[in-house]
Amino acid sequence: MPEAYVYDAVRTPRGRGKKDGSLHEVPAVRLGAKVLEAVRDRNGLDTSQVDDIIFGCVDPVGEAGSVIPRSAAFEAGYDTKAPGMQISRFCASGLDAINFGAAKIAQGADEIVIAGGVESMSRVGMGMSGGAWFMDPSVGLPGWFMPQGVSADLIATRYGFSRDDVDAYAVESQKRAAKAWEKGYFRKSVIPVKDQNGLTILDHDEHMRPTTDMQALASLNPSFVMPGEMGGFDAVAVQRYPELEEVNHVHHAGNSSGIVDGAAAVLLGSKKAGKAMGLKPRARIKAFANIGSEPAMMLTGPVDVTEKLLKRARIKLEDIDLFELNEAFASVVLRYMQAFEIDPDRINVNGGAIAMGHPLGATGAMIFGTVLDELERRDLNTALVTLCIGAGMGTATIIERV
Amino acid sequence: MTYTNFTVETDADGIALVTWNMPDRSMNVFTEEVMNELDRIIDQVAGDAAIKGAVITSGKDSFSGGADLNMLKRMLGIFHAEKAKDPEKATKLLFEGAGRMGWLWRKLETSGKPWVSAINGTCMGGAFELSLACHGRVAADGDKVKMALPEVKVGIFPGAGGTQRVPRLANTQEALQMLTTGQSLTPKRAKQMGLIHEIAEPKKLVETAKAMIKGGLKPVQPWDEKGFKIPGGPVYSAAGANLWPPAIAISRRETFGNYPAVTAILKCVYEGLLVPFETGLRIEQRYFTEIMQSTEAAMMIRSLFVSLQELNKGARRPQGVNPTKFRKIGVLGAGFMGAGIAYVTAKAGIPVVLLDRDMPSAEKGKAHSDKLISEAVAKGRAKAEDKDKLLALITPTDDYAKLEGCDLVVEAVFEDSEVKKGATEKAEAVLKSSATFASNTSTIPITALAKNSARPKNFIGIHFFSPVDRMMLVEIILGKKTGDKALAVAMDYVRAIGKTPIVVNDTRGFYVNRCVLRYMAEAFRMLIEGVPAPMIENAARMAGMPVGPLALTDETAIDLAQKIMRQTKRDLGDKAVDPAQMALIDTMVDTHGRFGRKNGKGFYDYPAKPAKKKLWPGLKDLYPQKAPEKVDVEELKQRLLVTIALEAARVMEEGIVSDPREADVGSILAFGFAPYTGGTLSYIDGMGADAFVALSKKLRKKYGDQFKAPKLLVDIAEKGETFYQRFDPYTKGEEKQAA
Repeated sequence: MPEAYVYDAVRTPRGRGKKDGSLHEVPAVRLGAKVLEAVRDRNGLDTSQVDDIIFGCVDPVGEAGSVIPRSAAFEAGYDTKAPGMQISRFCASGLDAINFGAAKIAQGADEIVIAGGVESMSRVGMGMSGGAWFMDPSVGLPGWFMPQGVSADLIATRYGFSRDDVDAYAVESQKRAAKAWEKGYFRKSVIPVKDQNGLTILDHDEHMRPTTDMQALASLNPSFVMPGEMGGFDAVAVQRYPELEEVNHVHHAGNSSGIVDGAAAVLLGSKKAGKAMGLKPRARIKAFANIGSEPAMMLTGPVDVTEKLLKRARIKLEDIDLFELNEAFASVVLRYMQAFEIDPDRINVNGGAIAMGHPLGATGAMIFGTVLDELERRDLNTALVTLCIGAGMGTATIIERV
Repeated sequence: MTYTNFTVETDADGIALVTWNMPDRSMNVFTEEVMNELDRIIDQVAGDAAIKGAVITSGKDSFSGGADLNMLKRMLGIFHAEKAKDPEKATKLLFEGAGRMGWLWRKLETSGKPWVSAINGTCMGGAFELSLACHGRVAADGDKVKMALPEVKVGIFPGAGGTQRVPRLANTQEALQMLTTGQSLTPKRAKQMGLIHEIAEPKKLVETAKAMIKGGLKPVQPWDEKGFKIPGGPVYSAAGANLWPPAIAISRRETFGNYPAVTAILKCVYEGLLVPFETGLRIEQRYFTEIMQSTEAAMMIRSLFVSLQELNKGARRPQGVNPTKFRKIGVLGAGFMGAGIAYVTAKAGIPVVLLDRDMPSAEKGKAHSDKLISEAVAKGRAKAEDKDKLLALITPTDDYAKLEGCDLVVEAVFEDSEVKKGATEKAEAVLKSSATFASNTSTIPITALAKNSARPKNFIGIHFFSPVDRMMLVEIILGKKTGDKALAVAMDYVRAIGKTPIVVNDTRGFYVNRCVLRYMAEAFRMLIEGVPAPMIENAARMAGMPVGPLALTDETAIDLAQKIMRQTKRDLGDKAVDPAQMALIDTMVDTHGRFGRKNGKGFYDYPAKPAKKKLWPGLKDLYPQKAPEKVDVEELKQRLLVTIALEAARVMEEGIVSDPREADVGSILAFGFAPYTGGTLSYIDGMGADAFVALSKKLRKKYGDQFKAPKLLVDIAEKGETFYQRFDPYTKGEEKQAA
């Protein structure tokens, strides 16, 4: 059976996801077009040979609607033969796009796929696609809907992470990200977003606060007390986990992922296609899996999906050199490390979304590229990429350098 | 045209006044006949060119109490009979029946003529839904005018357009709150919400209603106009996204998912607001059809409506005894209970002599009434003159001679046989021989106390619960020699103070406290097993109990539990008390000084307000803790309910309680036994006695003999019966015996 190889990975910088963010002036589709252009131009790609463009996008409405990768391909000037599709598995969409593309290649249906994601949170807005999950009583009740922040606080309460624990993790994320930027570890993948005149709009992740310390974070009020108490969600958490008397609210803007704009794309292909393109593969997609997890706690899916994936792929935890887990909230990572007893020096080694932000549909493809770069920099072999997902799911992928 | 339940008079302006006034009923309710007549009246108004519009009002003090629940019961009867033959046809029939009223009101609002509802008094359920279908709504100004859709309180919901019209008139959040709680609205509040148009002086009610029609009221509802906008905004909007997720969470917080009708209301409103009005009506009827078939609805209608009403009317009162008129009532002992009894008695307008051993104690007891009524005045629930009137009715004294002329004396002195003996003798010395003497004892058998009385026939127990002003149940305890007259007087008294009586035969703990002690004991067992304390408390609330068993023990005091357990050992022997439980309570009280809420330290810690009580962290160190994932919460819930229900079954077997209605209603009113079940015995009947016995067996094997099913219950299960069949409260004459 053919295998899927990774030939390139690019991402935009992450702009603050507000009206004053640098990428707010850039339409969502243009962010997508920028990464498509980069993939084509960096690799001399004949776009008429691209079998599919798969983008994750969590709120594909308004300007991000109507199959945004197809639109982005038009703007990027791709050959009309390159089709596009948009998928959503909430926060893992970007990684699921890669897995989907890899599956098509492994199945022999496609030779070349560009997979990635795009999200302009400042322009479209989080939750704008609505959904029965949280609105319809016939779904919200059996689905134990809770806002993610309350779920993150529930994880901290259930697994015993204090406010200091989560804050300390956040400070470390900021430090690692700052160091990685300073040392140029992201240089290989990040493409500056430029205007039509070649002037740079943004060339760095602008959400970071490298000087953050414990004291600064301690001054922030927890963000999810209101929905927890007034909105009734603490009671939902306690009914699901009756061993708890209450929920300890520890998360705030400083130890949760940042709201940002951005896009990412990964060039995937079979061995044959690589030869035809004249490209050297950087890694191969070794295995991947998805899982549904307990929806009230919602964000522990990475633990479940990692267990499933390791078992199915017959890989030992010790054989994974680096872990990349999206930093949706500090407690998500702390729980993952606790469950598998992972050394902090092997996970999210260059920081993550707490420092740099989490452009929902794009993040999976972004952190995929980040850990690939780091494997190469450290000359290590295997990495596991995973994300927690709304409504209680998990996606994980193992890559191996070739 | 003439009608049995209505008069229709058309005035010179061509406005028909439709007056609803059912013969032989004190209150208007919807029956099949009423609906048929209204159907014809709508046709008459629509078809008569001389009639410009109609005003509908009531000829009684109230507008209407809503649907006759007997009509619903009949509908269900037909359904169950038909279901045995042809389930699909049965469901279809029920669906059609469910839609009858809804489509009738729809016919009214689309009849082409303007209708105005003139709400002259209490307007409930289907009647308020009829009013909402009218194009204009005017309510009379006054305290007695209340509007509500209270169906949810008996396990059903407004099924005649209520869930569709309210959120199309009012803000969605307020609509959901009104529908899911069944709250009553004053005219002012109803107008604020947008549910009525005008408030009129009672005398000008009909005139104001007619003026709306003369003023050119359009016979078209807002939702039938082009461009109609939902007042709270579309479901899928920023406002909707702020509303729905917490609304769903809050409904779970309040109901623990135990009340299908509440969930159905949310679904009706959510789904209904996404479609045109008539589609919304159909959606509402589908859910109504579903909820009508639920066990919860059947049990709640029976216990919380039918049985409660029957007990309040004195179903168990002996016939042939003249109603008692209370001229004066004596209360012996002005402690917390006595003071409370004096308050509820005076509140009912009956003069009270409140007696204690000295004047300061008696005055202190009266001060309790001052405090309660002052709070009520401050909250606007009573008027200043009510306070003066109430306090004037209470005479504090230390002189037994003041009891002269009392029709009834309620003794609430210290729980000591000697003290009670003295009080009884001194009181009887001044009372007429016909006066009734009642003891509020909770621990001493009435038959034993009656021995202190010269007139044991007139001696009875009237057992209040604390706090007296808030607890709606009263146990009436029959001693061996208690006569019919004393029972009738006690029932008349309980009815006069607006509480619900249940009649209980004499035994240790009577009915209620026996059940409550079982509830607490099971929680103690769980603690000893190492179940984390929050799981016990949460499981209890998830099972539908209003207060967790540990919190409840704190309220009644842990040292009291200790006293009761020690007394039980003295009376019934060491084996009567589980040594492990005794050790737990002794440790709490003697080692840790934790007496309960009263000293701020019990199973919970009670920090100064506004901080909330929190479980005492030291509980974790008393017993090795089980891992939460090793504890089955569903089983905890079952244990707490089953242990109580089994005690209720034992109480029936022993003949302490003889009417299942009293066991059910009593358990809900006294300690809030999971109301969705309909009460202790309905919980068993609803599950099916055989399934319940099987569950008890399983629990007995795992947790001990407290789950042993009594013979009576096993027999009921074997014969495939229910408690309501075995102890049919509606069979007159022959007394059915326990097996």
